[in-house]
Amino acid sequence: MTVRDSAADAPRRAAGPLGVELRGIAKRYGGAQALDDVSVTVKAGEIHALVGENGAGKSTLGKIVAGAVLPDGGEIVLDGRPVAFRSPRDAIREGIALIHQELALVPALSVLDNVFLGVEPANSGVLDRKRQRAIFAELAARIGFKPAYSVRAETLRVAEQQKIEILRALVRNARLIVMDEPTAALTRIEADRLLDITRDLRKAGVTVIYVSHDLRDVLALADTVTVLKDGRHVKTVPAAGETVDSLVTAMLGRSMDRVFPARVPPPAGAPAVLSVRHLTRPPAIDDVSFDLHAGEIVGLAGLVGSGRTEIARAIFAADPAAGVVELAGHRLARRAPRDGIRRGLAMLPESRKDQGLVMMRTVRENVSMAHLGEVAWHGIVNAARERRRVAEVLESVDARAASHTMPVSALSGGNQQKTAIAKWLLKTPKVLLADEPTRGIDVGAKRGIYELIHRLAGQGLGVLLISSELEEILGLAHRVLVVRNGRIVAEIDGGAATEENVMRAAFGEAGAPAHGGEAA
Amino acid sequence: MTQTDAAAPPRRTFGGSIASLRDYAIVIAFVLLLIVLTATSNHFLTWINLLNTLESGAIYGIVAVAFTVLLIVGEFDLCSGAIYVLAGIVAAELQPMLGTWPSLALGAVAGLAIGIFNGAVVAYLRINSFIATLASSLMVVGIGTKITNGFQLYIAAPDFGILGNGKVLGVDYFIWIFLAFVLASGFVLSRTKLGRWLYASGGNPEAARLSGINVRALRIGAFAFSGFAAGVAGSILISRTATAIAGDGLADVLFPAIAAVVVGGTSIQGGRGAIWRTVLGIFFLEFIRNGFNLLEVNPYYQDIIRGAIILIAVGADALSRRNQ
Repeated sequence: MTVRDSAADAPRRAAGPLGVELRGIAKRYGGAQALDDVSVTVKAGEIHALVGENGAGKSTLGKIVAGAVLPDGGEIVLDGRPVAFRSPRDAIREGIALIHQELALVPALSVLDNVFLGVEPANSGVLDRKRQRAIFAELAARIGFKPAYSVRAETLRVAEQQKIEILRALVRNARLIVMDEPTAALTRIEADRLLDITRDLRKAGVTVIYVSHDLRDVLALADTVTVLKDGRHVKTVPAAGETVDSLVTAMLGRSMDRVFPARVPPPAGAPAVLSVRHLTRPPAIDDVSFDLHAGEIVGLAGLVGSGRTEIARAIFAADPAAGVVELAGHRLARRAPRDGIRRGLAMLPESRKDQGLVMMRTVRENVSMAHLGEVAWHGIVNAARERRRVAEVLESVDARAASHTMPVSALSGGNQQKTAIAKWLLKTPKVLLADEPTRGIDVGAKRGIYELIHRLAGQGLGVLLISSELEEILGLAHRVLVVRNGRIVAEIDGGAATEENVMRAAFGEAGAPAHGGEAA
Repeated sequence: MTQTDAAAPPRRTFGGSIASLRDYAIVIAFVLLLIVLTATSNHFLTWINLLNTLESGAIYGIVAVAFTVLLIVGEFDLCSGAIYVLAGIVAAELQPMLGTWPSLALGAVAGLAIGIFNGAVVAYLRINSFIATLASSLMVVGIGTKITNGFQLYIAAPDFGILGNGKVLGVDYFIWIFLAFVLASGFVLSRTKLGRWLYASGGNPEAARLSGINVRALRIGAFAFSGFAAGVAGSILISRTATAIAGDGLADVLFPAIAAVVVGGTSIQGGRGAIWRTVLGIFFLEFIRNGFNLLEVNPYYQDIIRGAIILIAVGADALSRRNQ
């Protein structure tokens, strides 16, 4: 694989796939132990999948191999030689490349320029276009796809951009590629094509570390699977001997039915607390209408990018949108989130760090932020009252904080999320829009959040639950609305919902239940 | 508070200790400076010297207090120096027509108006506040030059000095005004809903907005306050000196104000800071100047040391952030 003849940072000229041995890897993020003494051997030439719940540490481990995250402890051994990566650049020099969840192309540059960015073949500083095109064609053919090289990267679909990233890795002589959730943003057909490309990579002499939460893909693709749980290594086994059930059991440390609390149906004839009519925000939301009843948990399922989050944000007036939203019979003005908050609307946003909490401020301030009126008198905050009320709500959601005056950033992910929920409970809301309520928190804390959502519904709140983890929706929701391309394409009763019929509807395949086919 | 008892003990981390070091660095430095100066000079710890310190710090101190509020909400105002100068020019121009007090009040009002303008530009057009106020400060300087035609103004009216030179209880009016700014702003930031909203909006504007806080209005309000404070300071100065000349006010008021805020430990990234810090910053920088003079240190070294202190303050802020 001679792409470049001379350059200061040329990869080591060694042929064949690269194996890597991880010994006792550890990593902390603030208060959370992301990885704890993880040892895994990835054999040269295999596709090695890393699986685990969100927050299990699988992405972190992949990024450590690729130098994108620095471990706090442990050793990375390549071909029997310990290495210490300080940056992705160091890893690339050893022939290790990372394909990110978020792609990192320069939008305004052409495909060719993106592929060769930083390693352009040149004669005395003048680009050698002809050679670039020749290398490009050869590598593209080797893994069986052929994108047009002159178009700007921003005009390509995500799946195409991902292939550009793979080519980019190959041009850098990558002998080991780490793929971090590569199919998360793809359609089923695109994902299948990516699996084929990944197999071609293996054939072409590249080791692949494949980080994914899609266990079916993993079983179809991988030679070896490593299961992580709460930052610890559970097992590394040949994929051939595993099933989805055996992997889930290893990931959760218990079988599925014990993770979710028993479902309590909402009272029959409960009034609608939230009515959404003709909500439209092109291109993300296309004429969405539905009702949410008191005490009901409605799951909003769909692929990443289908418009689930956008629907919640539009209801909350975080983004402008046409249509009507009524909360307990009141039509919301929806000029700004405060219009809905005043009426009893609450939203747990997708990213607690960017949208939910002010990380540098104290736990107490974060909890009282949205409803300061509850603890203030004529604009002056009553410190004693605030202390008492905040302590009450934090206790009610079982959030553990050593002190309520420490910055919320010092809490673990699960406690941060409970804090983000607690802030809406200072004044009991009528409707909670919960967008990815368990993202990035460990299984134990997840169970706590599930119980909390259940309890809130039991108190008569309507809960709109958005999650990328289908089992969460299946385990919690009384009714499932499936979103595809900004529309609600199916409504399935919680008892009748299965992974299969929800995913069929989400992908728009034949056999999906028709919209409105089953009412709650 | 049962769950506090049940909770795990707080974790001590490197980032945490750096952050708390930064939190109290100004206090430690201040106390050390106080000890050194008291020990080396008999003149230092006297009522007269304290009043002198306040006299030289209070005018830019008013601007610094408002600047603190603005930094906390995550914005920056390069225009307040220009506003400070223009307010004096407005007061000087209007004095012959309206008399002393109305003209001085209108100087402050002019500052308020420009502040609202700055806030509206930043909040509605979403221009970076650094750039927006750089541009508006050019405009404000230009307006001042136009009004004065580039000449120095003199105000002959004998009562014009009342705001700048009048005293009550042996203390200058403007020192009382400074104290009023300190107490009012400190109270709002630490005790009121408005204060909480300001911190939240600066710390994470999106989270604040999604919590129902009107971030845009807070930004405009903070700019208005900054403009008003600069206007008040400008009216005080013109009343003291009775002369005005167009200018940008950077070296006179804006740089010392920013230095005091930053040395005090208010974060330039928004969401963190306090008025007491700015007050300590003002005293700290004034005491250093004061001490240098008492110890007869070469003025050139004074500037170098003051610059180094500001670098250390900002560096500590950046370091504590990186370790979070």
